[in-house]
Amino acid sequence: MAQIRVENLRKSFDQFTAVQGSNFTIDDGTFFAMLGPSGCGKTTTLRMIAGLELPTDGRILLDGEDVTFSRAAARDIAFVFQFFALYPHMNVADNIGFPLKCQGMPRREIRQRVAETARLLRIEHLLSRKTSGLSGGDRQRVALGRAMVRRPKAFLMDEPLGALDAEFRHLMCGELRDLHDRIGATTVYVTHDQLEAMSMADQIAVMNKGRVEQIGSPQEVYDRPASMFVADFIGSPPMNFLRFESGLRSGDRAVAFHSVNVSVPEIREDRASAPLALGIRPEHIRFTDAAPVRGEVFGAEYLGTTQIVTVDTAHGRVAARLPSSASVRIGETVGLEFHFERLALFDVGSGLAIRTANEGSARHG
Amino acid sequence: MADVILRNITKRFGTVEAVRELSLAINDGEFLVLLGPSGAGKTTTLRLITGLESPDNGSVMINGRDVTHDPPGSRDIAFVFQQYSLYPHLTVYDNLAFPLRSPARRVPEPIIRKRVEQTAELLHIASKLNNRATRLSGGEMQRVAIGRALVRDPSIYLMDEPLSSLDAKLRSELRLELKRIQLELGATILYVTHDQVEAMTMASRIGVIRDGQLLQLGTPREIYESPSSSYVASRLGTPQINFLPARLLSEVAVPPGTETIGIRTEHLKVGARNGGRMVGRVHRVEHLGEQNHVHLDYKGEMLVTLADPHQQPLNAGQEVELHLVHPLCFDRAGQRIPAMIH
Repeated sequence: MAQIRVENLRKSFDQFTAVQGSNFTIDDGTFFAMLGPSGCGKTTTLRMIAGLELPTDGRILLDGEDVTFSRAAARDIAFVFQFFALYPHMNVADNIGFPLKCQGMPRREIRQRVAETARLLRIEHLLSRKTSGLSGGDRQRVALGRAMVRRPKAFLMDEPLGALDAEFRHLMCGELRDLHDRIGATTVYVTHDQLEAMSMADQIAVMNKGRVEQIGSPQEVYDRPASMFVADFIGSPPMNFLRFESGLRSGDRAVAFHSVNVSVPEIREDRASAPLALGIRPEHIRFTDAAPVRGEVFGAEYLGTTQIVTVDTAHGRVAARLPSSASVRIGETVGLEFHFERLALFDVGSGLAIRTANEGSARHG
Repeated sequence: MADVILRNITKRFGTVEAVRELSLAINDGEFLVLLGPSGAGKTTTLRLITGLESPDNGSVMINGRDVTHDPPGSRDIAFVFQQYSLYPHLTVYDNLAFPLRSPARRVPEPIIRKRVEQTAELLHIASKLNNRATRLSGGEMQRVAIGRALVRDPSIYLMDEPLSSLDAKLRSELRLELKRIQLELGATILYVTHDQVEAMTMASRIGVIRDGQLLQLGTPREIYESPSSSYVASRLGTPQINFLPARLLSEVAVPPGTETIGIRTEHLKVGARNGGRMVGRVHRVEHLGEQNHVHLDYKGEMLVTLADPHQQPLNAGQEVELHLVHPLCFDRAGQRIPAMIH
């Protein structure tokens, strides 16, 4: 088991800086997700932790020991690339035991470790099966078993579920998390899928252009995004932004949104007039005839439990999540009421969140 | 635009029945979505309508005319494929104009120009008309591919998973756009997909299809609220509907013959223990932002329910009381027993 610590980690490839000075600590036993679009530096960071890539600058500590320049094999970390890469000519037990065989472990001990791993993964009944006939989920379990059997200090996983369709992926997320709860090993999980990160992680590091924009629990990054990038990347549909220009005073409980006063959580900083954005999650909007912010219904998407209603306002399109029982007509004019305690405010220039009573402990990475 | 009617269509490939006695009427101006997993017979159904395949039994009527044995070219259909297949050496304009320039149609150039410009406007790609097709983003390319169908005014548009190769954000944008365009044009669309969100959000009616058979046809709301079988119930809704063997719910009165009870996640309420007899244990709480998914263990079965993340938190291991609202009852074969119980 291990704590992983990254200090001022930087990686450049020629002109291009892939990772620009990351700092974070992953506590022992944490399921830590690195989330971001392709090219954000998440995989490069993971490869540096694994020892597959050397940093340009900075340090990596494993349980307090500096491993920045140690060989990958010496780090006692299991890297799971692609859950589906199994040896087709071997049966399940041989696939799982292969890393131990390579280490020269006695056969009886290997058999014992394989059996134990299979029990944790609940695939004992598959041990003598050929891998070629297995279902996608079972193949994934076998590949995971191959990583687990060495009893590494930590697991590093790079988009392991990327190849699966959406519904199956969510099912596997539940299984991976359950497994994590059973074995308790520190896990670093790279993905571009916010739902995977939200569903499994204890902590999420949201990355953009080589920088960590925010680190927090799933609920923190969702409720108190540190930047417009995070607010947009997390949530489906993402947070709505309504732009306006105004100055702010600490202690204000409303902002002048165009000519309308909109209540917001108490503001905690002073600012000269600048382009700002109100950030509103779709589920924090209600339709109220009297509300001064108005728009025309563009579309309604039925989702069973809820529906997503898109409304065109003078300041941009807004998606609202309403109960599916609400009746909505396309083309009708509606007033939008916001659940003001949950509103966010952003400085459009920097993209960063403005401090309010709602922002609480969220800090910029 | 027109009605399209399939009557008792069967199509076999060797010993496999890809489509089995399928009957379906697509009404003028309707957005009908066939929803099913791969291998369900969705694409074969489309190909039978176009005339790329001919049925072993049954007939295809378009606008009151039997076209079962007509060649594809004479059926007046536009097809949009899963993979956008644009001509890479042509501009967006020429790609869009291509179907109108076919020798069989001989549309005059000024009319072509008008149609192409209107279509580009509709799809928000008017500024890209002079770009080479290869210089477009994935989303733009798929718009052009859809546009190539829209420049014509066929009886029906057939679409085979046209959004499946796009990323999630683009897909949700184009879903809205496609629905808007369909409403504006009053177009008749038959759209096939395995994605329940596409079906729920765009369809006037959904046909749920499996193993070549149409299992249920209805509005998204009808199918979601009143599924005809446990399979159909499981196809719509995320998280998926919960199923429990009826014997585990002896405290709930169910119609005779009930084997399985289906409970939508939003119809499973949990609360602090208060003397109720249905008691479950919280296994895990999943934080998805706008809501929590609470995974519960009830007599060895896993159930999922929704919880407001800002209400009093539930913790793993905690015991809670369960209450069912609108349970759905299914018989041994998975068919719905329609009597509602409360």
